[in-house]
This record gives sequence, C-alpha cells and structure tokens, in this order.
Amino acid sequence: MPVPEKLIFEYSHAGRGASDQWPHDPGPAALAELPLTLRRARPPELPEVGELEAVRHFTRLSQLNFSIDTHFYPLGSCTMKYNPKACNQYAMLPEFLARHPLAPESHGQGVLACLYELQEMLKEVTGMQGVALSPMAGAHGEFAGVAMIRAYHRARGDLERNEIIVPEAAHGTNPATATMCGCVVREIPVDRLGDVDLAALQAAVGPSTAGIMLTNPSTLGVFERRIGEVARIVHQAGGLLYYDGANLNAILGKVRPGDMGFDVIHVNLHKTFSTPHGGGGPGAGAVGVGARLAPFLPIPLVGKDGERYRWLTEADVPQSIGRLSAFMGNTGVLLRAYIYMRMLGREGMQRVGEYATLNANYLLARLQAAGFDAAYPQRRASHEFIVTLKRQARELNVTAMDFAKRLLDYGFHAPTTYFPLLVPECLLIEPTETESKDVLDAFVSAMSQIRKEAEQEPARVTSAPHTMPVRRLDDVRAARQLDLTWKPTAQS
Amino acid sequence: MAFIPHTEADVAAMLATIGVAGIEDLFDEIPADLRVKSLAGVPPELNEMQIGRLMTERARADGAPLAFIGAGAYEHHIPAAVWAISTRGEFYSAYTPYQAEASQGTLQLIYEFQTMIARLTGMEVANASMYDGASATAEAALMAVRANRKSKSARILVPTTLHPHYRRVAVTTAANQGLKFEELPYCTAEGVTPSASLARYDGQDITALVIQQPNFFGRLEDVDALTDWAHARAILVIAVVNPTSLALLKPPGEWGTRGADIAVGEGQPLGVPLCSGGPYFGFMTTRMEYVRQMPGRIVGRTLDTAGRAGFALTLQAREQHIRRAKATSNICTNQGLLVTAATIYMSLMGARGLARTAAAAHARTRELVAGLTRVPGVHLAFSGPYFHEAVLQLDRPVAPVLKSLSNRGILGGLDLSGYFPELGDALLVCATETKTSADIDRYRAGLSEVMQAARAA
Repeated sequence: MPVPEKLIFEYSHAGRGASDQWPHDPGPAALAELPLTLRRARPPELPEVGELEAVRHFTRLSQLNFSIDTHFYPLGSCTMKYNPKACNQYAMLPEFLARHPLAPESHGQGVLACLYELQEMLKEVTGMQGVALSPMAGAHGEFAGVAMIRAYHRARGDLERNEIIVPEAAHGTNPATATMCGCVVREIPVDRLGDVDLAALQAAVGPSTAGIMLTNPSTLGVFERRIGEVARIVHQAGGLLYYDGANLNAILGKVRPGDMGFDVIHVNLHKTFSTPHGGGGPGAGAVGVGARLAPFLPIPLVGKDGERYRWLTEADVPQSIGRLSAFMGNTGVLLRAYIYMRMLGREGMQRVGEYATLNANYLLARLQAAGFDAAYPQRRASHEFIVTLKRQARELNVTAMDFAKRLLDYGFHAPTTYFPLLVPECLLIEPTETESKDVLDAFVSAMSQIRKEAEQEPARVTSAPHTMPVRRLDDVRAARQLDLTWKPTAQS
Repeated sequence: MAFIPHTEADVAAMLATIGVAGIEDLFDEIPADLRVKSLAGVPPELNEMQIGRLMTERARADGAPLAFIGAGAYEHHIPAAVWAISTRGEFYSAYTPYQAEASQGTLQLIYEFQTMIARLTGMEVANASMYDGASATAEAALMAVRANRKSKSARILVPTTLHPHYRRVAVTTAANQGLKFEELPYCTAEGVTPSASLARYDGQDITALVIQQPNFFGRLEDVDALTDWAHARAILVIAVVNPTSLALLKPPGEWGTRGADIAVGEGQPLGVPLCSGGPYFGFMTTRMEYVRQMPGRIVGRTLDTAGRAGFALTLQAREQHIRRAKATSNICTNQGLLVTAATIYMSLMGARGLARTAAAAHARTRELVAGLTRVPGVHLAFSGPYFHEAVLQLDRPVAPVLKSLSNRGILGGLDLSGYFPELGDALLVCATETKTSADIDRYRAGLSEVMQAARAA
C-alpha cells in the first residue's frame, strides 16, 4: 500500500531554501521608490524547503495517482487514450516555450503555421467551414458556441430566441453553459432505445427556440440514428444545432458533424486529439461553425495572406463574439493536438474511430457474456457503453460505486459512475483505441472476480478500496467541516 | 499507426467475439448517406522522426529574440525541477480527481496550492484555478453579482487601467447575463485611477469595483483608498494582482480597512512558460463567507473510514455536474497541470526566493527605464511609482521603431497606440530578472540607433 505523504509545509524549516534557483538580491535600494504604505508588512508563509526535499515530495505525490501512463483508465466520456510522448517533447521546444504572446507575427510564423494547419485539419474532420482555437476547455468551447448562436439570432433581429433544448442525458455543462449565455434550458426526454423523443422535440420547438445541444454518439453510448430528422425539426423551427464534441472519438473519420446538419460544434482536443488531461486541465475546446455562424467566431483566429500567417482580430471579424482569453487560448495544448494529428494523418484518423468502436463493442460483448447487463442491449456500442449493475445492487446489495472502488484494488481506474443520471447503478465504460485486447481481457476478469467476491464476501467489495493510500473518504465531512487551506494549528 | 496495438489475430478474435464479419459492420447504425468518403484535407501521416524535424524547423523559424514585453505575461526563470516533475506521466496523464482514493497526489497538491495562493494573496480561501487571469476576472465579476445581495444593478466598475484584454474577456463572458461593465477614467499624467473620480457614483447601486495592482501600465494604484471607498458603499472589491509582485506588495487581503472581497490573477509568472499565450492558469481567492459563490473546483481535507486524513473534491453542489443549469459556472475542470507547476515553483522559491525574483525584476526594469530614457526623444510617461513594468513616450510613432528593433532581434515592448490612443506614441516595456545589464544595453544602443536613423530620415 502506498505510504501517505506529509504536506510540503511540514517539511519547512526557517532559513532553508532552494537558493540556487533564486536570482541575486539587488539590495534594498532597488525598492526605495515603492511607498511603504503599498508594501507587504510580513512575507507570505510559503514553504522553506531544499530542492531535493521538494523533488522527493512532489515525486511521491505523483506516485499516489492513477494515470494513463500507469493504469487502464476507462473513464467514460473522457477519452483517456495514450498521450504520445512526441507530442509533449516537440510542443516544448525552447523557441515555442519562450515566445511571448504579444511578440510580432514576424517572430511567430512557425507557431502560426501550426495553428493555421490545425484549423484546416479540424475543418476537414468535422465538416465545418470555419474553426477558432482559442476556447480553453470543452465547457469554454460550449460557451463560445452558444454565444455565437445568440449573436446570430440577435444580428437577424430575432430577439425572442433564448431557449436551448437539451436532452435529459446531456452533460451537466450543456445546461450550465446555456445559463451562462443568458438562455433558458428546456430538457427533452430520450426514448427506450436511447434516441431523442421526436414528438417531444417537435412539441418543444417554436419561436423562442435558439437551438439544441446534442452529443452524438450520445452520452448513452449510442448513435442518434434520427439525427437527420432532429436537424430538420430544429432548423424548420428557426433554431440551430450545437454539437458537443465529447464523443467525437467514436466517429472520427467515419461521419462528420457538419454532414449531420450541425451548425456549430466544439471539439475536446484533450479527448479526441490526445492532449494530456494534466490532472484536470489544461484542455482545449476548439469551435467549428458552418457558414452562417462564421462571422461570429471568437478572436483571435489565424489567417494566411499569401505565404504569411497573421492573427485575425476585431478588424477582420467585426461581428465576433469577442475574446475568450487574455491571449491565444491554450497554445501549447494546440501544438500537441497538431503534432498528434500530423502523426495520425488521414488514414490514422479513420482508424481511431474504427478501433475505439471495436474495443468498446468487444469489451461490451465480453462483459455481457460474463453476465453483466448492458443498459441498451439492442444497440451497437459506440466508443463507449453503459453497464447497469441494478440487478447486482438488488440481489447482492453491492452498488456500482462499490464495484468502482474495488476496481482500484485490481489496478484499474474506475469507469465513470452514476452518469448519465437516468440509468440506475451505471458504469459508463470507454476503453479507447490505444488499449490492447490483453488489457480489456484483464478488465473483464477483474469485473467477474469482483462479482464473485460480491456473492461470497460482499464486505470485501463494499469496504473497498483496500490498497489505496486512503480508504473511502468522508465527503459529507469534507463539505460540512470545511478545511480548504492548511493551518499550522490544525490537526495534520 | 495511430498508437493502436492490435495485431491481425487480435482483430479477428475480437470480431468473432462480437459476432460481426468486419469493423465496418460496427457502424451499421449510422445512416449510409452520412458516411465520410475521404479526408482529403488531412495530409498523410508523419512518423516521429519526420514530425520532430518539422517542429524543430518551425520552432527555429520563430527564433529566440531578446524580449522586453510584459503586458500580462512575464518571462521568469523556471527551475528545471518544475517541469521535470510536472511532466511525469502520473501528473501529466491523469484526469480530474473523480476517484479520490486513486488521485491523492493531485488532490493533495491542489490543497497545498490553495494554501499557498491564499497565503500569497492574504485571503481566506482559494479554488483549484480558472483558465487564465482574464477569465478569472470575468468569473469574479459574475461571482460578485451572486455574492453582493445588497446590489441589484449588476454594474461593475472597471478602471481603464485594467489590462484591456481582461475587460474584453469580461464583456464576452458576462454581458449575456446582464452584467454592465463601466469604465473608470484614469489620470493621463500619472497613469492611475484617482479615487476622487469615483464621487460621481456616490448614492448609486454598484455591485463591484475591479482594481488591478500593479495596473496595466505597471503603476501602483492607491488600493487602500479605492477599497475603503467601495466598502463604505457596500460595493464589493475585486482585486486583480500579479502573484510575483505579492512577495513585496501589500496583499489584497490587507487592502484598506477590510481587505478585498475577491482576488484573482494570472498565475503564469509562477513557473509557467510564455508559450504564445497559454496554457496558463487563473487563480481565484475570496473570503470564507463567499466560498459557496465561488466557481471552479475546490479541494478539502477530510477523513477516510479508518480515520486518516485524505483529500477530496468538495462543495460540489455548486458545480455543473450536480446543479446543471443552476451551477455557479459551466467550468468543469481547471488548469491542473499548470497548478502542478506553480505549486512546485512556489515551493522552490519560498517567500525569500519570490521576493528576490520580484526585486530583481523590478531592479532590471528600473535599469531599463534609466537606460532608455537617456535616448533622445524617449521619456517616462507617468510620474509616480511603478513595479517591474513602465510606459515610455516616444517622439515618433512606435510601430516602425519596434519593427526596426525586431529586425535586430530585439522585441522592444508593446505599442499602446491602438489600446490607449490618448497617450500618443506610448510603449509599455518590461525587464525581468532574466535580463542582464548587457541585454539592457543592447536594447538601449539599438533604440538609440533606430531613433537617430528615423530622425535623420
């Protein structure tokens, strides 16, 4: 079992420090003109540790994590595929790292060429007419997309359109984004087979419909088969279609959102294009649009005049929804996505969707054969699928969360649990294309073994995990007795 | 190809298990007329050696100029250990800590980060980060509207001396929710926001006042007077601060009598490379009484079932995956990897190292200002104290001067004429501890020649 690690503050000793890293002290004269009334009276209490102590501490912390590099990480809807090392190495070349965001274009033709070509490749794989790269996460891209929909209706003088339709199984960011854009959310149901309820959609649309936000394949792990009908209904009502690219990996190279009738999309580059998740960011949520929304794209964009690349700003895109970041979004993430896409090339891009889907359907078939229940057994899995443990919960009194925690002991990161909310006791499982058959087989063995434990020795499962640095944590205590910053007097 | 490990035998066995003849059959639910024919616009694949060569050529094309630009992104020395550890796969390739027991490394690190940022800003509580300083400022404005229950107006006073891109991001982000950002004028002789100019808002319903310290010009605002003015009128104060400066300058938690209510800023100076603008991270702090109005991830320390301390995401009832349309924000994760780098950076620097960095950067900027203002036709735009960044005025248009300098491999600063036309031919310059006296002299000599040549022309 991994050993818990002290807090960095508990290593601190007054007078110690990694002074080889510090610049020379310019002396007090340098600060003479700073008025004392604006100066800090007491120094901030940051740790005082040597370099080796810091290196050991943070290395040990890293070892308390599961990660793609160390564990199978089948977190549904998150596309935890391998992050190639080349993408990191070549995005961190010294000239790229050192370039100031406001440096002139003459000293940025290299990075601008990469960003421009990334825009072009994203247009091609999504079937859209224009792409902006500046949104810094999926939710940020969603914001840009819905803001563009609003701007479009406003520019037409269509001021009543403020409703965003969202299927009930949607990611929580969809309704939250609609609210951030000043819209009202209208949820519609899906049918027994996981497709949007067209009658409910028809009843929901009208003169106040701004648009609909859809993920396809949906969060239920199945392809929305009547997408053409959905597009027709929404467009006829005067609304636009927003594609949440969370599940683009499933269909990469197979079908394009633009061809399905979507007007605006965001792409999670940290999912489909394998930029690192970094323990929770940075991501990148590039947005793509059809011709109608192109005038509203967020700035800056990258343009090309002859052989020269340049930023496009307010003067070039006067109807833009504006700036979303201080500079150019998460450029370093964009470079990683660019490198990945160039390494895949057009054929590799098509293989991604194919093998992601193959792995998911294989894993589903094996789990079903092992006696687990698919939430949508009549449907083909996309790149992910839902297993429901409602039967096990009833018969064995062991929940999906118990299975998830016990999987950690078997060396597998848990799948997404209890999402989507409408499937009881669910695990949303996404293996991705970069996992081998051996790993998938081992996962099936672990699931079967856990079920056997649940039958014979349920406490072993319900009290899991047993091999992690901590046991299950008291979330209620965390929220009621808030301890959000360390204080020397607090119990440690 | 495509990092897919399958052998032909694997594929055959997997298809047999599924019960289909080929991979294509797995896409039989997608209407045939929607299927992609080709991706002609994507070039053929490159292997690792080929992409390495291409990227190296592209990087070289950007060069390694001597840069004196600040304006919200600062070149500081980054200890080698910072990115050597941050790019370890266990940090780099993990996701947000949904499974707390398998993510204690990331969670404890964020708890340490929250503690350090709270101490640096002198505030009670910090979140796990926002996208960048600009988006954090926008989210702070939205948060202030939720937190200031006495105000109904959603009017936010924003000094013209705030980074102009931050103001634009705030408008993009928050205007759809009815927030109104009103610009406060500044004194063009001194480059600061005079508190006397606020009198015209007396008696009006204002939700929050934004104060940036140092301001966009590098000048120091009278933060105590501005904060007290706001608090006397039940207006919340949003501080926008440079984290390096806080080693020396009064932290927002001590501004005025009561301290700022929300403090945010750009975290990039804390160990994050410039990289053309990102990824960076925004930090956000507040008073404990407003913690439930704060957006973003928050980590708390709690106990496990065996009574041992451990870390978990907390106060999730604020967030989109629980509250959906009623969440405090749509933000989902944070900038975890950059927070990792910053936490390691702050640990290696400590208060003394950070204070030396701030002092050394400031000393270099003073040296730069002294050198450049010796050049005929160049003078300091504003009187009064500044911190590690300053505005110069030239006796001729800035753009051609900067272009000539860039031809010599010197990036001389940011031309302000597009942002602040009322300042005339103004140039924002910055030097940090990374610059030597020889670098500064090279800029001075280059500027001198360029100005002389321009005068002669």
